[in-house]
Amino acid sequence: MKTATVPDQRGRYGVFGGKYVPETIMFALEELETAFDEAVRDKEFNERFQKELAIYSGRPTPLTKADRLSESNGGAAIYLKREDLNHTGAHKINNAIGQALLAVRMGKKKIIAETGAGQHGVAAATVAAKYGLSCKVYMGKEDIRRQALNVFRMKLLGAEVIEVTSGSQTLKDATNEAIREWVASVEDTFYLIGSAVGPYPYPKMVKQFQQVIGYETKNQFESVHGGKLPDAVVACVGGGSNAIGMFASFIDKEVPLYGIEAAGLGVDTDRHAATLSKGSNGVIHGSLTKLLQTSEGQITEPYSISAGLDYPGIGPEHAYLHETGRVTYEAVTDQEALEALKLLCMNEGILCALESAHAMAYAIKLARSMKKDQTVVVCLSGRGDKDVHTLMDQFEEEGE
Amino acid sequence: MNNRWEIFQSSSDYRFVPYIMAGDPCIEATIELSLALQESGAAAIELGVPYSDPLADGPVIQRAGMRGLVQNMNLEKTVRLVSELRARGLEIPVIIFTYYNLLLQLGENRFLSLAKENGVDGVLVPDLPYEESGYLKEMCSDHQLALISLVSPTTREKKLVKLSKEAEGFLYCISSLGVTGIRSEFRKELNDFLKAAKANSSVPVLVGFGLSQREQIQQFEGISDGFIVGSAIVKKIEELEEQLLSNRNEAITTFKQFIESLLPVYSR
Repeated sequence: MKTATVPDQRGRYGVFGGKYVPETIMFALEELETAFDEAVRDKEFNERFQKELAIYSGRPTPLTKADRLSESNGGAAIYLKREDLNHTGAHKINNAIGQALLAVRMGKKKIIAETGAGQHGVAAATVAAKYGLSCKVYMGKEDIRRQALNVFRMKLLGAEVIEVTSGSQTLKDATNEAIREWVASVEDTFYLIGSAVGPYPYPKMVKQFQQVIGYETKNQFESVHGGKLPDAVVACVGGGSNAIGMFASFIDKEVPLYGIEAAGLGVDTDRHAATLSKGSNGVIHGSLTKLLQTSEGQITEPYSISAGLDYPGIGPEHAYLHETGRVTYEAVTDQEALEALKLLCMNEGILCALESAHAMAYAIKLARSMKKDQTVVVCLSGRGDKDVHTLMDQFEEEGE
Repeated sequence: MNNRWEIFQSSSDYRFVPYIMAGDPCIEATIELSLALQESGAAAIELGVPYSDPLADGPVIQRAGMRGLVQNMNLEKTVRLVSELRARGLEIPVIIFTYYNLLLQLGENRFLSLAKENGVDGVLVPDLPYEESGYLKEMCSDHQLALISLVSPTTREKKLVKLSKEAEGFLYCISSLGVTGIRSEFRKELNDFLKAAKANSSVPVLVGFGLSQREQIQQFEGISDGFIVGSAIVKKIEELEEQLLSNRNEAITTFKQFIESLLPVYSR
């Protein structure tokens, strides 16, 4: 499996990746790449990053064996990488801390970010408060309405939330607007992207700051299994930052990897966010990748009950890993995710995020087809407190 | 380069290049607006293609794109519209302004042969920087189409020199940071930037982004070879939308008066 050579010098993962952005911000991407490459080679920067992860976000996050769930499910034992126990409730903070430290190192005082459900917005607002940066978060009007609590949290943290009314008024439009703002303010502003998407070097950078997930998981697993590796690793994929961070330590090992997309109401309906299963090659937000679009190239609006997976594109490295076959990508429906979420609640006392519930659903299915002495690790990317309103609406509708 | 570009490039006028969105508010309006622009002295015309995610455009052009999408306008139809424009008497160079994803889906090769067939003279792709444009540039040159290069005040000096030297058709100098739209002020460094571009370019150097008034346009005469107006014109078309659909002749007259009020007195 040839995966060690990506990204190449031009920021390509096979045909995917690259920098499809207006000329005005090309210099900023070069500047960022240089600063990032210097930072990751700098011992002091890395020590600072590791220290912040530990004393601010509470890392390492535990690897929890789901005893009762595994027992009642049958088949392989399920382990949960507890990213939900991070400060602010999800893996998003790893990347936000990394990029904020880089912004500070580059002398930038202002950060901008895009957000869908508001989790990355909250993470960006949090690090802005911590490191004394100003922060503007771009959020679609429709998402602002759906995620009032996170909007309030961001404001409480001192961020300015900018309502985006263009296009379909959701994450893809918020990202367009953040890029537009960056083009206008590029000389003194750092764009803090929340997922492993965007023009190079963002996909590489986000992976770098998220690979702590896989690194810890591998060590934690090995230490209780006498150096053995898990028999499968599962993570959900929207843009794909928790998945790429989790996969990073296993990609060159003989471990089957599964990326789980959102099938919404079903991949055969037009209400899903299954970019790899149903998308085609195209350019979105500065990167060549797979995306959901019409035959003429108009980008279409995805759907998932989980706002974090509700994105029409995907990180270019995932498109590449899909093409090479190194990672298996599957899609899980709203309904399957909701059932998995309930199972995890009732059997383990853990309310996971709707995004993570997609990975959970597939892991439960996969474990059943495996032997009792085998193991599956799931990246539990975030906690479900943010989804309580959605869950209430959903379960009341079902009369539960 | 073809005859239309030769006329454009050898002209001694201060060149006016307008931008309009194809299909805004309907195809017939696009045709008549194009002809009106030619009559008002346009030296070339940029024809925008509606796109769902125009990340280099401000709100005015975003809205025009939405109107174009409602008309089911797409890249192929926009290219084919150019042969209709030629048949109706448009003689100036036409540049297709399209985002890269639309080009990819139609197919770069198919686009180029269609463009050639239908009398298109150039293509401008705002989200395809020089670093990613190798293949398209080569193919454009095989099809005798100009791939219009954009340079910005943030473009590094070495790259500015290279892009200026290699420019085809005209060199598009972005006046200010940010997306397309109307602005009241420009940066002081703009003059130096334009000077450097002009010193290295063998094609006309045009300034665009933010121009909306005669006084602004006049201040760039002498330091550039022409100017591009997009949002201000598209905004006028938006104001005239209903008339353009119901009472087109009157709308075109009003439109031409507006263009006249915009142009420097000496360019006509």
